Amino acid sequence: MIVTSALIIWKALMCITGSESPVVVVLSESMEPGFKRGDILFLHMNRDPIRAGEIVVFNVDGREIPIVHRVIMVHDRKDTGEVDVLTKGDKNDVDDRLLYVHGQLWLQRHHVMGRAVGFLPYVGWVTIIMTEKPIIKYILISALGLLVITSKD
Amino acid sequence: MHSFGYRANALLTFAVTILALMCAMASVSDNFNTPTPSAQVQVLNINWFQKQPNGNDEVSMTLNISADLQSLFTWNTKQVFVFLAAEYETPKNSLNQISLWDGIIPSKEHAKFWIHTSNKYRFIDQGSNLQGKEYNLTMHWHVMPKSGKMFADKIVMPGYRLPEEYR
Repeated sequence: MIVTSALIIWKALMCITGSESPVVVVLSESMEPGFKRGDILFLHMNRDPIRAGEIVVFNVDGREIPIVHRVIMVHDRKDTGEVDVLTKGDKNDVDDRLLYVHGQLWLQRHHVMGRAVGFLPYVGWVTIIMTEKPIIKYILISALGLLVITSKD
Repeated sequence: MHSFGYRANALLTFAVTILALMCAMASVSDNFNTPTPSAQVQVLNINWFQKQPNGNDEVSMTLNISADLQSLFTWNTKQVFVFLAAEYETPKNSLNQISLWDGIIPSKEHAKFWIHTSNKYRFIDQGSNLQGKEYNLTMHWHVMPKSGKMFADKIVMPGYRLPEEYR
């Protein structure tokens, strides 16, 4: 019941926001002081054009974890409707070309998973702790399992 | 019924609900703010204007940027990210947005500022379209709350023009 509810909520969020990953946890300090490790971001993806200043979540080929950075340059093609985007973390000194695939100069629309529209501080620490200390994750899962088994509801 | 576990669960659920409600109310209260920011930019000098070996034009310029963004701050505001972008159209691209300068304003006291600087990011065209090009300078800001929804807006300042010749 709990698992099913969580799954339904997640899928509903995916439908509403139009993004594969409607909520992400900030894992690094590259966007400080705006976003710190442990903040969670709410994402939205729609047909609106990507514009400079927006905080986007994007995938780089060959990297597992999406990156949350700010757009600093946009070139919107006239004929094809494609867009070339350059990003940078607020705290970083250089743009993100070093993070892209070698030789790639721009992100395109298909790399972008969503844009940040809101956030909550600190809430994501649970996820980070569980990821970095697997033993805690197993303890929590065992405890929850035990609760479910012994529950008289 | 009324076991310790039930009571702890109910208390925790209630606490988290109240916390979420407080965050939502804090975020919603930002909608009642009606900001009236102002901004002004002068291009004092074109330091450098050349075509790169790869064929793209590049410009370096000295800017005088002044702005009063104090009205963007509410009690829920953590910071304001402000940046200045050059925006123009070329035969190939319907919109080019190049960020020239950006800054993070941590508090209301810092929100009225005057800055004399050259462009922080390289102003490089995708091509060789900048000679004599007219462009807008647009000041954008993104208001980051302590929690909740982020807001963005801008002031468009038209009428800037690059030189006809390289220098």
